[in-house]
Amino acid sequence: MIHAFTFDGTNIVLDVNSNAVHVVDEPAFNIIKEYAGATGGELVEKYAPVYGPDVVREILREVDELKNKGLLFSGDPLPGGYRPPEEGVVKALCLHLAHDCNLRCRYCFAGQGDFGGDRGLMSLEVGRAAIDFLMQTSGGRRHVEVDFFGGEPLLNRPVLFDLVQYGRFRAREAGKEIKFTLTTNALLLDREMQRFIGENDLAVVLSIDGRPGVHDRMRPFPSGEGSYRRVMERIKQFVHSPYCGEYYIRGTFTRYNLDFSEDVRHLAEAGFEHISVEPVVAGADTGYALRDEDVPVLLEEYEKLTRYLLGRHRQGRPVDFFHFNIDLEDGPCLPKRLTGCSAGLEYLAVTPGGDLYPCHQFVGRQDFRMGNVFEGLNSNPACFFREAHIYNKNACGQCWAKFHCSGGCHANALAFNGNLLEPYRLGCLLARKRLECALYLKVCTQK
Amino acid sequence: MSKHIKTINSRTLQSTVRNGGCGECRTSCQSACKTSCTVGNQACASGKKNN
Repeated sequence: MIHAFTFDGTNIVLDVNSNAVHVVDEPAFNIIKEYAGATGGELVEKYAPVYGPDVVREILREVDELKNKGLLFSGDPLPGGYRPPEEGVVKALCLHLAHDCNLRCRYCFAGQGDFGGDRGLMSLEVGRAAIDFLMQTSGGRRHVEVDFFGGEPLLNRPVLFDLVQYGRFRAREAGKEIKFTLTTNALLLDREMQRFIGENDLAVVLSIDGRPGVHDRMRPFPSGEGSYRRVMERIKQFVHSPYCGEYYIRGTFTRYNLDFSEDVRHLAEAGFEHISVEPVVAGADTGYALRDEDVPVLLEEYEKLTRYLLGRHRQGRPVDFFHFNIDLEDGPCLPKRLTGCSAGLEYLAVTPGGDLYPCHQFVGRQDFRMGNVFEGLNSNPACFFREAHIYNKNACGQCWAKFHCSGGCHANALAFNGNLLEPYRLGCLLARKRLECALYLKVCTQK
Repeated sequence: MSKHIKTINSRTLQSTVRNGGCGECRTSCQSACKTSCTVGNQACASGKKNN
């Protein structure tokens, strides 16, 4: 299977099964597109009058050579299908330090901080038990991860401070490396917090949506007042401080800002170099949910964004846009691509009370509760997630992007189709476009 | 030397099957997105590069 597309005059061919990427001239582009459905003789007959017989034969020789090397029209890497491992390792936890928030974001999947339950903070006892659970269930894995999440995790600062020290201690004891990430709206990111982040090497995800009007409309304080000014001030101060290491500026776009490339541009021009701006996940009953009719505009926005980012790269001011990152030589191995996001398996979310869920988006759904950090896992839901991979999803079989999106987000599939095996269609359309943009940028910026 | 087709990368997915799957890489949803799984943009954490 191949995917052939043109972006601003550059012809790109992705060989889906090998993941090889080729840049081709126009004659080769046309011939490759028809290669699988025609004989060499037919292609010569059709294209010799256009490009000349020698050129067509040259191209056919090049195609055959690449085919023999497994770089074009390669076969399925797992022709016998895929059997997921059953080892039951958990290597990453999303700790909900606070089911409470100092903002009332309108699109919040966490029910504006409380995940549909009582507002509450994770106790030290639960947090430490979660770390112990991670050390135990990660088995032989050396790298483990903890994301401090919420609501707003900085509402529970003492527990955060303790858990970082405790996690490091337990990891050292177990011969593991622990990586911490903090996802925050930045309002409580004061000097003390900044220093703590720097001294403890926390990666940080900072939430801001882009232009002031866009941000304020969706991310108000409980009073209704917009939070842009204070959030931007905090984030700028932190990102430009000596304490900021690995970070992403994380925004959400909705139907209210379909021109989201302007928001990415706004964030980039504010001096941020690592940006992730993503489509909202919302039910069709909300005014801000993305609709099918928005797709053409959104695809065009991704193209605009690509041109902007390429321009920045050429000016020597590159910006790393999370979903356009692609590493063709050292990217994930095939087994990683098949396990996807690992929700419900290697990755779990922990509520303030210590309950375990497949990921942060499932929290509060009792039918997906997978146990507790004190009692351990009841494994029932895990088998559904283990089997929710691209070889079991009908929509993925013939999709050229399957080894990059790995079948998409489980929570979206369930929310929109009620079925883990049926991907969220709008998400698929956007993911495919992002991959085209990413490949084009890669081709243009590779030395 | 190809005149019409320029290949950008030589590493194939097939070549990663044998030594891949160590599971030491980062969890894809954890690092930045939290709403939209993308695995292809992650980096391999193995020094062996799996091929």
